[in-house]
Amino acid sequence: MRMKILVCVTSVPDTTTKITFTDNNTKLNKAGVTFITGPYDDYALARAVELKEKTGATITVLNVGESDTEPVIRKCLAIGADDAIRVNAEPTDAYFVAEQIAAIAKENNYDLILMGRESIDYNGGQVHGIVGEMLGMPSISPVMLLDIDGDTAKITREIEGGKESLEAKLPLVLGCQEPIAEWKIPNMRGIMTARTKPLKVVEPTGTDKLTTVGSYELPAPRGAVKMIKADEAEMLIQLLHTEAKVI
Amino acid sequence: MSVLIFAELDEGKIKKSSQEAIFYGAKVAQMTGTSATAIIIGQADDTELASAGRFGAAKVLHSSDPKLNEANGMAYATVVAAAAQQEGSNIIVLAKSSLADAMTARLAGKLRAGLAANVIELPDLSNGFRVKSSIYTGKAFAYNDLKADIKILAIKKNTITPEETDATAPVEAFTPALNDSDFVISVKNTEKSSGDILLPEADLVVSAGRGLKGPENWGIVEDLAQALHAATACSKPVSDLDWRPHSEHVGQTGLKISPNLYIACGISGAIQHLAGVNSSKVIVVINRDPEAPFFKSADYGIVGDVFDVLPRLTKAVKAL
Ligand SMILES: Cc1cc2nc3c(=O)[nH]c(=O)nc-3n(C[C@H](O)[C@H](O)[C@H](O)COP(=O)(O)OP(=O)(O)OC[C@H]3O[C@@H](n4cnc5c(N)ncnc54)[C@H](O)[C@@H]3O)c2cc1C
Ligand SMILES: Nc1ncnc2c1ncn2[C@@H]1O[C@H](COP(=O)(O)O)[C@@H](O)[C@H]1O
Repeated sequence: MRMKILVCVTSVPDTTTKITFTDNNTKLNKAGVTFITGPYDDYALARAVELKEKTGATITVLNVGESDTEPVIRKCLAIGADDAIRVNAEPTDAYFVAEQIAAIAKENNYDLILMGRESIDYNGGQVHGIVGEMLGMPSISPVMLLDIDGDTAKITREIEGGKESLEAKLPLVLGCQEPIAEWKIPNMRGIMTARTKPLKVVEPTGTDKLTTVGSYELPAPRGAVKMIKADEAEMLIQLLHTEAKVI
Repeated sequence: MSVLIFAELDEGKIKKSSQEAIFYGAKVAQMTGTSATAIIIGQADDTELASAGRFGAAKVLHSSDPKLNEANGMAYATVVAAAAQQEGSNIIVLAKSSLADAMTARLAGKLRAGLAANVIELPDLSNGFRVKSSIYTGKAFAYNDLKADIKILAIKKNTITPEETDATAPVEAFTPALNDSDFVISVKNTEKSSGDILLPEADLVVSAGRGLKGPENWGIVEDLAQALHAATACSKPVSDLDWRPHSEHVGQTGLKISPNLYIACGISGAIQHLAGVNSSKVIVVINRDPEAPFFKSADYGIVGDVFDVLPRLTKAVKAL
């Protein structure tokens, strides 16, 4: 039996983006912003592709998002996913997104559901755990190493100040981070075949959001930097002590 | 009714970030006219458990089942959900940590709760339940309206400064039924540096980048950190090159920290690095390149060579 892997991906502003808002601070200003696959989701996909190459698994990519996320989905297909599903909805609430993912997972019995450790827009790091709970499956995050041996996953997870090696039976939901795999770049052949791979669009189940965003705000700029001459470096310690009062 | 706070232990002591969470939860309890209950899981002595009272907990529930000695996000979530039910709590507060991340998600799933992660202020109750959280890796904030009956708030470090009293909280044993399905992950091996200051918990952090040239030069970073009782951190290339362990890597794809003081040594200040540290209260940058972008995000800067400046700073700290 070929293993079935679901990889959940987000479409997020490139990490160099200077974030701004429009519409009275209620909407992200998308003008000039390049959208990329969430960097952690990219790790999840890269490991899935390696497992596919090794064991012949099939990979479905799933995104909860509006139609403007399709370039990111196509890129995942070009990197090596076999097919894709987009749930046509604005992904504003982790619980709502998890409901959509769980609904698709219930229909398809995946052996492995791989996600990023966190999305880089909301940084909740929550969707995998909620999906795990909804499906009655264990969830583990952040996963740094993953090997599959039959129906057992061998995992190294980061913990505060160190790491832990674990074993668990499939099916599992995992939140991935480096160094689980090297990010993959699509090649020409991948890009060509991605155009004809199936991308199914489905409507969301359940519509109520438990959390909504009323408005956004940008951080206040830091005050001017106070420069200290290198040959008076000791002054810094005095200033941290008496002026900033942090030491 | 009460506000329930999960207080996390590290080697038998309530973590500092959890003391902040207890104080935060007690404030929310005051605002909503209820009381604050802390739930503590794992082994700790009675004095430590009762110390939750100093930060505003009116009562402590303690689950000391040996099965829970190892931190297990799924099992801990089951315990906290049971505690929330017993106490009729519709607000649950946790300090953000890797354990808490796993727990909040499982809890939200169990309780169909509205969830705000990276909360940085007390809630605004004037019109519903609104909390401010940090998003886009610290590049922006969101005001979230939590509409579910049960609300879970995961607060960021340094959201609130606890005021301590000398109150002690009564401790009750709490022994809910545990689910076998929460114990299906077997832990084969744990590598943890003990005794060191945990980076996510640290008030002071000394961090270094590729400017240090090689792992053999980290002594000057560690000396300064030690003199300050600070934790050490690093930039991504440094952990990619295996100069330092991955758990020290801060930034967009590493830990996000918000200490009182962040000293960046030989780090250029790429936007992805800043993302992990820009909510630090005070930022110091030491770089020999006056054009290094990090200076634009710093409070104090020294243009100089780390190999000269760091030992001098260490000496000056020792002389304080
Ligand atoms: C998707 C993505 C995610 C990323 N995530 C992260 C992340 O989470 N964290 C992160 O840190 N980076 C991240 N990066 C990488 C980031 O873009 C930078 O490449 C990285 O932060 C640079 O590290 P550095 O400052 O240590 O090294 P460099 O950029 O090489 O800077 C070294 C600095 O040291 C200074 N220097 C050299 N010698 C001395 C000396 N003797 N004394 C004083 N100063 C000296 C130099 O002037 C220079 O400014 C990410 C990149 C991408 C694309
Ligand atoms: N809209 C979405 N569509 C598909 N997967 C998602 C979505 N949002 C989050 N995820 C997955 O859940 C992980 C954790 O996201 P978060 O809880 O938002 O930090 C991400 O890295 C993705 O793998």
